[in-house]
Amino acid sequence: MRHIIGQLEQKRALARQGGGQKRIDAQHQRGKLTARERIEVLFDPDSFEEWDMFVEHRCNDFGMDKEQIPGDGVVTGFGTVNGRPVFVYSQDFTVFGGSLSEAHAEKICKVMDQAVKVGAPVVGINDSGGARIQEGVASLAGYAEVFQRNVDASGVIPQISVILGPCAGGAVYSPALTDFIFMVKDTAHMFVTGPDVLRTVTHETISHQDLGGAKVHTTMSGVADLAFENDVEALLYVRRLINFLPLSNRAEPPLRPTTDSLDRVEPSLNTLVPDNPNMPYDIKELILKVVDEGLFFEIKPDFAPNLVVGFGHFNGATTGIVANQPMVLAGCLDIDASVKGARFVRFCDAFNIPIVTFLDVPGFLPGVAQEHAGIIRHGAKLLFAYAEATVPKVTVITRKGYGGAYVVMGSKHLRADINYAWPSAEVAVMGAKGAVEILYRGDIQTEAELEARIAAYRDAFANPFGAARRGFIDDVIMPQSTRRRLCKALTMLRNKDVAAPHRKHANPPL
Amino acid sequence: MFNKILIANRGEIVLRIARTAKRLGIPTVAVYSDADAYARHVSACDEAVRLGPPPVRESYLATDKIIAACKRLGVDAVHPGYGFLSENAEFAKTLAQHGITFIGPDPEVVALMGDKIMANRSAKAAGVPTVPGHWEPIASADEAVAIGLEIGLPVMLKAAAGGGGKGIRIARTESDLRDAFRLARSEAQSAFGDDRVFIEKFIIRPRHIEIQVLGDRHGNVIHLGERECSIQRRHQKVIEEAPSPFVDEEMRQAMGGSAVALSKSVGYSSAGTVELIVGQDRSFYFLEMNTRLQVEHSVTEYINDIDIVEWMIRIAAGEELDRTQDDVRLNGWSVEARIYAEDPNRNFMPSIGRLVRCRMPEDTDQLRVDSGVYEGSEISHYYDPMIAKVTSWDLNRDSAITRIRRALDEIYIKGVTHNVEFVATLMANPRFLAGDISTSFIEEEYPDGFVPASLQDSEVEAVIAAAVLMHLRYLHRMAHVTGALPGYRRQIGHDWVVVVDGAHYPVSVTPVAGRGPEEGFDIDVSGHLLSVHSDWQVGDPVLRCTVNAKPQRFTVERNGLGYRLHHMGAETDVVVYRPSVAALAKLMPERKAPDMSKYLLSPMPGMLKSMAREEGEKVGPGDEIAVVEAMKMENIIRAGTTGTIAKFHVKPGDTLSTGQIIAEFA
Repeated sequence: MRHIIGQLEQKRALARQGGGQKRIDAQHQRGKLTARERIEVLFDPDSFEEWDMFVEHRCNDFGMDKEQIPGDGVVTGFGTVNGRPVFVYSQDFTVFGGSLSEAHAEKICKVMDQAVKVGAPVVGINDSGGARIQEGVASLAGYAEVFQRNVDASGVIPQISVILGPCAGGAVYSPALTDFIFMVKDTAHMFVTGPDVLRTVTHETISHQDLGGAKVHTTMSGVADLAFENDVEALLYVRRLINFLPLSNRAEPPLRPTTDSLDRVEPSLNTLVPDNPNMPYDIKELILKVVDEGLFFEIKPDFAPNLVVGFGHFNGATTGIVANQPMVLAGCLDIDASVKGARFVRFCDAFNIPIVTFLDVPGFLPGVAQEHAGIIRHGAKLLFAYAEATVPKVTVITRKGYGGAYVVMGSKHLRADINYAWPSAEVAVMGAKGAVEILYRGDIQTEAELEARIAAYRDAFANPFGAARRGFIDDVIMPQSTRRRLCKALTMLRNKDVAAPHRKHANPPL
Repeated sequence: MFNKILIANRGEIVLRIARTAKRLGIPTVAVYSDADAYARHVSACDEAVRLGPPPVRESYLATDKIIAACKRLGVDAVHPGYGFLSENAEFAKTLAQHGITFIGPDPEVVALMGDKIMANRSAKAAGVPTVPGHWEPIASADEAVAIGLEIGLPVMLKAAAGGGGKGIRIARTESDLRDAFRLARSEAQSAFGDDRVFIEKFIIRPRHIEIQVLGDRHGNVIHLGERECSIQRRHQKVIEEAPSPFVDEEMRQAMGGSAVALSKSVGYSSAGTVELIVGQDRSFYFLEMNTRLQVEHSVTEYINDIDIVEWMIRIAAGEELDRTQDDVRLNGWSVEARIYAEDPNRNFMPSIGRLVRCRMPEDTDQLRVDSGVYEGSEISHYYDPMIAKVTSWDLNRDSAITRIRRALDEIYIKGVTHNVEFVATLMANPRFLAGDISTSFIEEEYPDGFVPASLQDSEVEAVIAAAVLMHLRYLHRMAHVTGALPGYRRQIGHDWVVVVDGAHYPVSVTPVAGRGPEEGFDIDVSGHLLSVHSDWQVGDPVLRCTVNAKPQRFTVERNGLGYRLHHMGAETDVVVYRPSVAALAKLMPERKAPDMSKYLLSPMPGMLKSMAREEGEKVGPGDEIAVVEAMKMENIIRAGTTGTIAKFHVKPGDTLSTGQIIAEFA
């Protein structure tokens, strides 16, 4: 017994050492933390319980049998974030470069299986050179096992990937299947095929960062959600995000206390929308002024900024917010914005998070590039997501609700529960000028006549009443009372329950 | 008394005048331009009249429209406020012709004092000292020396056609004077084609001090003491106080006596201000007389406990002053700061835009906030960009300054660049605190441009206390989320590390003795105890607290992981970590921000509609550079930092893609 305890201590110490002090120093030198240090930042103090510390790989080829480090390059287990259970796996770059062996993969699968059983989020911290080449197909199979679990867990528990080092080749597809990807600048990258291969195959020369750094993935490709300065910042933001999320699709969305009055009136919102319909305004001002305490967690802020998505609280309850941003592309929906919005709406629906939509959309973005890249197909994703969502849906039209884009963005017709309009709202097939040019094609002789027709069209449609007459809008509200009305609507909808007909699953235009 | 007063102005002064009128039971009429349709002053009056489009000529200076409004609404008196028509004798005369009272002095007096030469002559005649000088062209160097010695050195030689500092020479000695005369003359000749040169006494490091007078239509004139207005930028006052730290009773009587004598001699009958230039040797000279209400009248009201606007109205209605000079007793000290939407880093250029956030301190008996805007207002380029004026009162100068500094710490403005930090920094300046000021104070103290105050050592503790309080309140909020496992409820620990501008301060924190964390915390900073109490709640932009019983104010906002605090003119970034996380954070590399400040990129695809600037121009953060039209929406592209535009990479009419370089900065 004493012998065993002695051995235990020895093995533990060995496991905590990971790849050894030299490699730990090298990790720090690169501006990176070790796998365990990252877990220390992520979890509540002393809440982490490590599993499978003694797992070792089973490879005997290429001299691997002589190299054994307990834990085999990934630290896994359970801990809490603000007292709520969260499972973690954190790849240890100091052990075999964090490479994924069969045993390494088994450890990951074990925490994921357990997370699904108890209904708690999984945070995957990625810092790995890739497959354990010495293990060949066994390593490949390990990836596949992880992918399958990512898919099985999708929509059941929130999955968050944090990329704090290399993540290349097949390894990228595990994060890609999860709900959120956070990356750090400079030290993290993600790509399917790296610069070295590109140089020989396509003769393209590019750096790791320019090919798959945090900036690329949070601004151009949309692969990642947020970019951070360093490991500490990224992990503390994961804590913030988790606080917004339900533990699973079986759990209620979280509630937290608030001192922000539900009746808070914001008179400044009455002047938010400029009189001139061609002048933009910042929709984030509206969001920040209506959510509890002005706390808004934006997702993908730098990708498709013409659509703002993120989490806030109303009356202490987590709510997903989707809003057109008139400051960028007039708030038009393009391919990127449609995909960004669709994915966010589906996440909210999967986890019972109500959706508030602020609508000011002049339409889908016109252009040859957009049409040829499939705006029809991609725009349909957002339409599908809204129509499919059965969570409480509340929409506020602040200004333009034009054409198909109006229908898509949480309109009454897609079974939104409550639709409000500000007095500045105008719901129409298109802007007045365009409409008149079609309606009176060739009939209009003079400039004055054109102006008169436009004015008549504006009178008819450039106001919320046309839509309100048909019940497409439930009420016209003063901008200053938006917070109060949203809080009330969401409270009323808290027990909304919609039974869906049985089907295996839908077939969205992926 | 009047039946109805129209206030021919905009902004805070309309609210100020309407408040007194309301107290006197007189209905008021506001006027507004299209740019001010939603302005605060419009709803401050009982009625409001639209004047016209935003340009002042078509609105606030449109005499005919104002008079028409008066006639239509049965107005029998007009208060002009300050600026606009307040010193327009023609306007006053026209009102009189229509039987409407101008709340101010007689038009003749307005005209007299509006003429600089006539005003100077009147002052001289009334025995008010004027700046000694020779107002005839000087013929020779010998004559210059003779006159210079007679006036007393140093003297200033000024080109008759002068302006912009050209043709001005200062002479301190006799030989100086000969050279100066020659140089000034040739400079004047080459700059203006006119070599006439005058001599005037040069007043070294002068102060600008003014006397408030009040005269009625029965020949009574009193003065209400002085105002110290030396702190100026771009020749405009920014901080004023009453009394002046420089003026003693004897000097006050001399200055006040002069001001009253001048007012009496011209038959002055309203509130007015005699502006004086004051030398370091306590000599004072007449500068000009303002025949209107001044922006800074509030400091005089405080130390006299008088409502100057009320007396302007009473006097205009023919009432007699209720007090004599002997009744005037100055009480305590009052300091005023003007808050403008302007950029101290760019020569105080106005900053226009939407007031996304605008929180002002609360009015109390000892603190007055006059403002004509509110959160959501637009600061337009048509008018003066003043956001508010804040005035404090206390028993003595130090207390009054402390009070206003604390009030400045509560001002929270977003959306436009503003001068709150600037004013707070001035008020932290030791020379200001010592009362050692002159009209060149700002140039002397900030010769290379404005440098915000840095945090004093004594203030670091207050910042630590505030940051700990905010962070723990925030953590408590986070920790009370639903879904915690039984027995796992997040315990907020005692040990923390506060990182202030990069420096690590380990602290130990407990809720204040006998009370809960809602009340405050006791913070042990390496053996030094700070007790912080506050009712601050998550999300409040203003933090009011006491640190070891001393009241402190901060404006605060979340900034990434931490907080950004503004306090006493200094901006400080603070992060609070658990000790273990702080140690790990120290391992993180210092990251230099990539230098994208050199480029201005297009944030969206679109068409470049216009350029607001030219190559070679210096710009600052928030300055409009270009307009990009996308989807028929005009998006203003603004500079992110200060710099000079080296090159434009595109021209109007060009199609832009996202991230395309619009301009390159040097």
